[in-house]
Amino acid sequence: MKYVDEFRDQALARDLAAALDRTMTRPRRIMEVCGTHTMAVFRTGLRSLLPEGLELVSGPGCPVCVTSAAHVDAFLSLAGRPGVILATFGDLVRVPGSDGTSLAHARSQGARIEVVYSPMDGLALARSHPAQTVVFLGVGFETTTPGVAATVRLAQEEGLNNFFVFVTQKLMPPPLMALFGDPAQTIDGLLCPGHVSAIIGSDAYRPLVDRYHLPCVVGGFEPVDILQALLLLVRQFEEGRAEVENAYTRVVSRAGNCQAQALVAEVFEPVDMEWRGLGVIPGSGLQLRTPYRAHDAQEALAVEVPLAEEVRGCLCGRILQGRARPPACPLFGLRCTPATPIGPCMVSSEGTCAAYYNYSPSALNRAI
Amino acid sequence: MSSPQTILLDHGSGGLASQQLISSLFLKYLDHPVLAALEDSAVIPNGPGRLALTTDSYVVDPLFFPGGDIGSLAVHGTINDLAMRGARPLGLTLGLILEEGLEMAVLERVIASVARATRESGVPILTGDTKVVPRGKADKLFINTSGVGLVADEIELSSRLARPGDRIILSGTMGDHGLTIMACRAGLALGGCLRSDSMALHRMVAALLAGLKTGSVHVLRDPTRGGVATVLGEIGAAAGCSVEIDESALPLRPEVRGGCELLGLDPLYLANEGKLLAVVAPEVADAALELLRAQEGGGESAIIGTMGHGRAAQVTMRTMIGGTRIITPLHGEPLPRIC
Repeated sequence: MKYVDEFRDQALARDLAAALDRTMTRPRRIMEVCGTHTMAVFRTGLRSLLPEGLELVSGPGCPVCVTSAAHVDAFLSLAGRPGVILATFGDLVRVPGSDGTSLAHARSQGARIEVVYSPMDGLALARSHPAQTVVFLGVGFETTTPGVAATVRLAQEEGLNNFFVFVTQKLMPPPLMALFGDPAQTIDGLLCPGHVSAIIGSDAYRPLVDRYHLPCVVGGFEPVDILQALLLLVRQFEEGRAEVENAYTRVVSRAGNCQAQALVAEVFEPVDMEWRGLGVIPGSGLQLRTPYRAHDAQEALAVEVPLAEEVRGCLCGRILQGRARPPACPLFGLRCTPATPIGPCMVSSEGTCAAYYNYSPSALNRAI
Repeated sequence: MSSPQTILLDHGSGGLASQQLISSLFLKYLDHPVLAALEDSAVIPNGPGRLALTTDSYVVDPLFFPGGDIGSLAVHGTINDLAMRGARPLGLTLGLILEEGLEMAVLERVIASVARATRESGVPILTGDTKVVPRGKADKLFINTSGVGLVADEIELSSRLARPGDRIILSGTMGDHGLTIMACRAGLALGGCLRSDSMALHRMVAALLAGLKTGSVHVLRDPTRGGVATVLGEIGAAAGCSVEIDESALPLRPEVRGGCELLGLDPLYLANEGKLLAVVAPEVADAALELLRAQEGGGESAIIGTMGHGRAAQVTMRTMIGGTRIITPLHGEPLPRIC
């Protein structure tokens, strides 16, 4: 398959892994921000090719994982209302709220929950069910937000007053600035998310370089892409440089997708947002601007976002900050498994815990 | 009296309407003499060997999909469950649960498909039952088929019999059925060439067993729900062996691979309805592969791995780039990812 096979070439992967090994002079920790990177690393068995001292730490880039328990509780309260159809991406269905129940439970109790592949599918539901209230659960980063913006604008144009979005859209740079602003942080460099960067552009990471002297490399999602990005990072470490480099030039430009950025800016404005495990980060989320507020589920349907506590013992918060690895969690692999997820990092297939559980024999053996 | 265009509760009452449905629809398509006798149970001639008995219920949504429908699936699936134990299928039962208001034309289309599948496979429907439930109490149409077959005395197939060193053969491409159904449900047009692989495997099995030394085929399993990954884990658990597979050896249609890349699904976990996994003694692996490839639907058979001495039930895969990864059983339903 073109654009896939050449990036999974065994000989190329081996050469890159060998180059990594030759270049590294001491142990390093790299954070892969994006959940899709985490999954790709495990799924391709890439970790088994990496040099001993190169540690990959997963960051806060799995959208389902960073959705707060309070937001899930609010989704659940909406699901219980008569006449409401929730349209959601698949991952969210199994995410537990603060009392351990999920949208899957709500569905078994009669709630109408439709798994969709695009926010536009939610709009189609609203058109075909004019007497119902259709709420799309807006969970995601810069990658999916332009699609949500386009959907809201279309709903506005069509006058679809039964279509709403529960907006929990999040921005990637603010939590990274918050994480690396902490002097106790021990991460040497950042593997920046490829698809988020396609929208926001690689220049978005300049502040991390300028303020924290943090090497940043944008990488794609195939194993050869990831290895190349890691090699660029390791070269920066060894040469004492800190720059933004782009190892995913076939998709990512410096400025990003200006059209998508303009659309998002037209429909959304920044707002403080709660992240699971990270707390409230100023300006790290989005809300609909006033002209589009009629489609805001929280406002138009008067949804309370309750105060919710996170599960005791669950290390998802520390894992999302790169401060702990799943096997360190007392629940991992025992009470918390992909079949019985407790924390959000186990629910999403992109979640660090799920990736560890599913793809890493050694982590699981330790837990059991 | 003209026959109604939809299913009514009366059709399940056992009275006149039921009889009319049986004679005008079921017997029109399913005309085996044992069934046509309309007795309370089918009495069938036995032969030498042991009886194999299996049952499966079919609730697939949508009812019709590229490459098959609930009717053909209900025939193939149960035949395949018999075949995986080495049984020669003798016949099937057909239990229908219909939702009140189901269009008669839909039922007729399904029964015609059942008839076609039984004709092509040579395995008849021998007895049946129909119930109608009030609208909303079932989703259109559910089918249960049970199957009975005969296993020759010398044939012994079981997951327990896999041994370290045995080769694992997959009889063709993975995930065709599972991805087709998902794409239908989501209304996704993935290239348009996706088709379910639904087919009966009893002839393929008969050819395989007849062509090899008795006892050299240890396990046959059809990787339906849970996919190849889950079944390999089950074989490993039953046999107390580890399982090692090679990603680059796994047969996969480009359109299935592309669809999985797009939706974030792993074809190892997608259902198949016309494929088998054979675990065979290493010395017959090449001959088994030849035999399978010569069969209809087996042309893309491949040796995908080996049973090992490692931790029981642990499935590891050597990846395309030369790394290793663990393959766990399926948890929950496969869900597409956000991004």
